[in-house]
Amino acid sequence: MGRPSMKQSEVDYSDVQGLVRFGYGKMKEASYVHLRVKDVTAARGWLRNAPVSSAVATTPPPPSAMQVAFTAAGLEALGVPPSVLAGFSPEFLTGMTEENRARRLGDVGSNAPSQWEWGNATSVPHLMVMFFAEPGRLQAFMQNSKGNAWNAAFEEQRWLGTADLDGIEPFGFTDGISQPQIDWERQRNVTRPQIDYSNVVALGEFLLGYSNEYDKYTDRPLIDADSASARRLLAAEDAPEKKDIGRNGTYLVMRQLRQDVRSFWQFVNRRAGGNSAEADKLGAAFVGRTRAGDPLVPMQEQPIPGIGPDPEQIRQNQFTFAKDPMGAGCPFGAHVRRENPRNTDYPGRPTGLAKLITMLGFGPSGFRDDLMSSVRFHRILRRGREYGPELLPENALAPAPPNDPERGLQFICLNANISRQFEFLQNAWTVNTKFSGLTGESDPLIGNREAIPGCPVTDDFTMQKDGSLRRRVSGLPQFITVRGGAYFFLPGLRALRYFAGAGDT
Amino acid sequence: MTPQANFMVLAAIDPPRETALRGLLASMNGAPGRVNAANALIPFAQFDTLHFARFVILDDKTLEDVRVYGLPVRTYPLYLAFLGDIDGDLDAFLGKLVKRAEKGLRSIFSCCAGFTSDTDLVEWMKRNSAPVIANYVNCRGRTVRRIREEAALKKALEEHLQSHAPALTGIPPRELFSKLQQFVNAEKSAGRLTLSDESPTPIGWWIKNALHLVGVPLLFLLALPLLIVIAPIFLILLRRKEKTDPELCWRVDQAYSDALSLLEDRDVTNQFTALASRKPGFVRLWTLIGILAGVDYAARHLVRPGRLGRIRTIHFARWVLLDGKKRGTFFSNYDGTVEAYMDDFINKAGFGLNAIFCNAIGYPRTNWLFRDGCADEQKYRNFLRRHTLPTQVWYKAYPGLTAIDLERNRRIREGLESSSMSEQETREWVALL
Repeated sequence: MGRPSMKQSEVDYSDVQGLVRFGYGKMKEASYVHLRVKDVTAARGWLRNAPVSSAVATTPPPPSAMQVAFTAAGLEALGVPPSVLAGFSPEFLTGMTEENRARRLGDVGSNAPSQWEWGNATSVPHLMVMFFAEPGRLQAFMQNSKGNAWNAAFEEQRWLGTADLDGIEPFGFTDGISQPQIDWERQRNVTRPQIDYSNVVALGEFLLGYSNEYDKYTDRPLIDADSASARRLLAAEDAPEKKDIGRNGTYLVMRQLRQDVRSFWQFVNRRAGGNSAEADKLGAAFVGRTRAGDPLVPMQEQPIPGIGPDPEQIRQNQFTFAKDPMGAGCPFGAHVRRENPRNTDYPGRPTGLAKLITMLGFGPSGFRDDLMSSVRFHRILRRGREYGPELLPENALAPAPPNDPERGLQFICLNANISRQFEFLQNAWTVNTKFSGLTGESDPLIGNREAIPGCPVTDDFTMQKDGSLRRRVSGLPQFITVRGGAYFFLPGLRALRYFAGAGDT
Repeated sequence: MTPQANFMVLAAIDPPRETALRGLLASMNGAPGRVNAANALIPFAQFDTLHFARFVILDDKTLEDVRVYGLPVRTYPLYLAFLGDIDGDLDAFLGKLVKRAEKGLRSIFSCCAGFTSDTDLVEWMKRNSAPVIANYVNCRGRTVRRIREEAALKKALEEHLQSHAPALTGIPPRELFSKLQQFVNAEKSAGRLTLSDESPTPIGWWIKNALHLVGVPLLFLLALPLLIVIAPIFLILLRRKEKTDPELCWRVDQAYSDALSLLEDRDVTNQFTALASRKPGFVRLWTLIGILAGVDYAARHLVRPGRLGRIRTIHFARWVLLDGKKRGTFFSNYDGTVEAYMDDFINKAGFGLNAIFCNAIGYPRTNWLFRDGCADEQKYRNFLRRHTLPTQVWYKAYPGLTAIDLERNRRIREGLESSSMSEQETREWVALL
């Protein structure tokens, strides 16, 4: 249970922005605004007093919430000194659109940053303010929250709207079913090898300033307590003489993904020969869940830590792919199997001598055995919301009317280490055409279909069968297009006030 | 079986010629990180037994690290390294290389000290070769030719399955297998597919390998009494060093990292070149030699084909010690991004990684040689990035194919050629398609 030598404090929820703990599901309305700092003093003034919602749970829950996140350019614009900025991660500092990063993320071709509506070199926001409210309350809440200083402080770059599709993402599938459970109590022992899949993930994977799945503290800016604003920050657990700017903050990855719902269902329907039940099945194979959200592999008897006690959650999430080694239940390349393979540190739950044997490379020797990285180092907390009008699958078969409105996902995820969590997931598991021993296919839902050297075909999808020839669906169109994206830092509230007073002595 | 061989030419660059050399190397690429396989200097693609090749300038940015031990900073020559992994006999390959690319090789090596227009090229390359201390080959005897034949087989099967899907879907595995076997045999007869038989294993290689297999453990046994006597003292010394050796794990300059990234992820496979100074003293020297000898032996005789321990993404890798074993290099060819590669190392082979690399100055602190170390993953990644060098020219004979692809294709082919497969094996074979 952690290291006795190091003081493990309780989490001060009043210092954490609420989005880390809550999805704000009851607040059906949300709108995000990208801002540029127009006047530094005014911007700091607004931030000092901004009513940013914390993660403290109240009864009844508040009807509205506001969150604030910054890009590296934004922190710079607020006057955060370069020496402090340098303590943030390289991904955050160089940004999502850096050429080599874009290549790794699959942001090439029609997804390339040069094609984006926002977030490319000329349009990087400084900060994002996110407003959430119960139905009917959003406009008033936004007006109130902005207050008088807003217009002097900021230039509004872009408003990103969201839509409430009642838990269904635009393609028509139930969304947000699987989320890691954060170990707020810091009870998880990460130091011994994990041979059983757990949905509980170390706090340090989602909040800076706490130990992560390696039992280490992810790098973040630590400073001396040499100014009044710095003194108000919390001390770093792993370096008590320093103040921790990262503490209770995390990185927020945002990507606007346009979803071509018509193309999706028209393609699926065509491949299903016009049979709608078959089309549903094929769509479910792409996703790895039915439209209602049920997994394609049976539930397991043994409970999984961090799943339940809600019976619905148990029914939909108490499973791994261990009993489906051939991919006959859920295809290897299905979206949910790519994004969370639900595996462990070792294949096949070895103990004692068997573990040593596996460790040395003499464990299971099948073609697909031990291909994947252990998932516990690659979890993300999803906080996305849909945008655009609903289009039911049955209506998606009709040709698009003129000026068909755009629909998709304002993808948001939180993670303490962008490179090891979001980027790894996006690169190694989502766009990688060689994932899990496959070849010639990327994520059927969100992958691009760009050819890579030596691999002209990347638009297949394979449905494995146990004991007969797999079914290969070819010619998948690209169903999503990246319209914008940026890496933000979602600070703890003390750090937010520090930024607001940065430079003050 | 035709076993693989490797070479590494290592020569000091003549300082005034460095810029010219960099220009020449750059001219071999079509774009950053992408070699022109038909380039005028060394048209790599013409060598059908060459798996991987690289030219890299061993520009060590971390020479000052020895200061933490109070040692003076040494100056080493700036080396050019030329490495290759090939099938079959090295002399035969070098002969062919010189025949086809003499002019290119001469213009490159003329940038090295002591190379003149009348230097005997082959003799010079051999004289300037750096011996490998530990070597890893993903699958011994899998030649470039075989890889290409098996890739063609996979492609033919893929197309056949695509065009005959209705007739082949749902039929039992054995029936499917025999239909595909018939198809492949017909393609072979028609000359559209070739699956060459293996060449006989060279007897000399076989004897050497057998001697190595037996000899190394024998030597170890002979030395065992002595080792047992030395071990406690050695371990105490090692442990003491381990607890005090400084860590040098800061984040590398972003521009340096970006320059490395520019060369990465151009293919499904990447190159990796790292260089570091060894920690001073005989304890570290002999730990490193001992561990690398063990790794070399295991890689040669013990590991399963396609795996280095649990890692399945490495095609070829090798460790070479330089400058009187004061510095060490690691070269590898691996699939996926460097982040995923490091992830594999940390989570699947951390103990081996620690035992080797902890002998480099600045490595994150280990605990009894095998533990901790890279488990401090950010420090480890920082450490490694600092020691990674840009590889100026890198060639791979089979773009787009990962080590896993090669294994799949090998399994498909071996299944087709096996005389009897159980029901279960047949099912597994069908699952490869």
